[in-house]
Amino acid sequence: MAFKIIDSCVNCWACEPLCPSQAILAAKPHFVIDAKKCTECEGDFAEPQCASICPIEGAILDASGLAVNPPGSLTGIPPERLAAARAEIRAR
Amino acid sequence: MELKVKSQGGCASSGCGSSADRLAHLPEAIRAKIDNHPCFSEDAHHHYARMHVAVAPACNIQCHYCNRKYDCSNESRPGVVSELLTPDQAVKKVLAVAANIPQMTVLGIAGPGDPLANPERTLETFRQLSEKAPDIRLCVSTNGLALPGLVDEICKHNIEHVTITINCVDPDVGAKIYPWIFWNNRRIKGRKAAEILIAQQQKGLEMLVERGVLVKVNSVLIPGVNDAHLKEVSRIVKEKGAFLHNVMPLIAEPEHGTFYGLMGQRGPTNEELQTLQDACAGDMAMMRHCRQCRADAVGMLGEDRGHEFTLDKIEAMEIDYEAAMARRAQIHAEIEANRAAQRKQTGEAFVSLASLKRQVPKKAETRPVLMAVATAGSGVVNQHFGHAREFLVYEASATDVRFIGARKVDLYCSGGDTCGDAETTLQKIIRTLSGCEVVLCSKIGYEPWGQLEAAGIVPNGEHAMEPIEDAVAAVYREMLAAGQLEPTLAPEQRMSA
Repeated sequence: MAFKIIDSCVNCWACEPLCPSQAILAAKPHFVIDAKKCTECEGDFAEPQCASICPIEGAILDASGLAVNPPGSLTGIPPERLAAARAEIRAR
Repeated sequence: MELKVKSQGGCASSGCGSSADRLAHLPEAIRAKIDNHPCFSEDAHHHYARMHVAVAPACNIQCHYCNRKYDCSNESRPGVVSELLTPDQAVKKVLAVAANIPQMTVLGIAGPGDPLANPERTLETFRQLSEKAPDIRLCVSTNGLALPGLVDEICKHNIEHVTITINCVDPDVGAKIYPWIFWNNRRIKGRKAAEILIAQQQKGLEMLVERGVLVKVNSVLIPGVNDAHLKEVSRIVKEKGAFLHNVMPLIAEPEHGTFYGLMGQRGPTNEELQTLQDACAGDMAMMRHCRQCRADAVGMLGEDRGHEFTLDKIEAMEIDYEAAMARRAQIHAEIEANRAAQRKQTGEAFVSLASLKRQVPKKAETRPVLMAVATAGSGVVNQHFGHAREFLVYEASATDVRFIGARKVDLYCSGGDTCGDAETTLQKIIRTLSGCEVVLCSKIGYEPWGQLEAAGIVPNGEHAMEPIEDAVAAVYREMLAAGQLEPTLAPEQRMSA
């Protein structure tokens, strides 16, 4: 039972002070979660803290490898709109 | 027709955010606090510089105009930085900039996240600076969510100015701007999130005013979302004691990756921005010279010298701050002497404008004219047209010269031609200056001269090195004498500004 931060992390520090288990480390190239320490906030908070403040969709995965904040869930930008805009910009 | 002859201190234009008239409701002690603050005083921004240090990466809310992937060296907008600093690095950078750019009077912490969502880093930076650099004014800007809980800490660290970004006072409007906030250990979405944020902002504003801290309110003008609502925001924040309101245009391009940028939300036109600023101006002093700078900007407003003070460069600098402070005081005194001289000169120019006006038949109203000015600072017309990255727009009328706003002309994103359409830089400048009939600069090349004239914008290099408002008034007089200010066009002209 542990969360994982992946390389889309922007190193914004928001999660680090919130972790009740001090499981988050300011590593390079991006922050990481110490899987041995992470409790997914069970017993401390109703919701996992790192994933509740993280602004980047998909940057934190749960124990089963799924994004806790899937595409579109935080920004409200539909994933297909994002993909279309990226394609447009690349095409210029 | 009553003509204004300026004799008081402050900016010579009656429309300027800092003129004695506009800020007349403020006690002298408060006006003294903003007199050399480039962000709070329109006149000061011609003479003094500011800097932001990027010590605050975390944020506790999401705004639809912000993309939290903030690291881009090609972009210039709030929330973007090149390198994040620790408090110790930030303090070293501030001292280095203060020693090398003595006009720098103000240090702000503005992000790239929310400074008060990073209280330790932000407050530690302020604590060290209030000790080591007592001649620098400290300010902080915030979305307000964490503000009430930190007001007493802010007061402890000698912070004189706080800017709160307040885009709405109605949660239904807020729900269209803020998708979520982080509050009491939970992510909260929708109307409820906006409700909490608004309550915290208003409470924070009240608490700061009670404690005598100057509060400026920033609002992002989002057409169709909060445009009609901002007049009420302006009225309420003034009632609560904010001393300046800064309505900024939404910046939204698909390449920024923001919700608004990607969903096709447009920013306001220059006309819409000015109309709204004018509508709010009845209620309080409006700021019109904001350049919406990056969270790590260094230099005069509109310029960024951050690349001269990167971490590796400041590491190598040895700063004797005692000596620097003495030099800074001397340079500030020179600037003040220069400003005093300019005020005197401008006052005289307005007297001569006044005497000229007496020749005009009483009932004839002359129409106002917008003029763009190329300036590299010091409040004078002193920049080559081709070197200008922005133009200051002034409105001359029969009664006064007022500052309307700055219009950027360099490519917003310096990615160059690969970024967009094939419009030439000159065509872009001409479009940016739409509504202006004159452009004042120190010099201008043959090619742009012709194209500007063809577009109905008359280049004028006759007033190089003159104080801006004198020059604008003089050109207005020339247009009047040439019979170019017939009143019939007045309403349309004003609208097309």
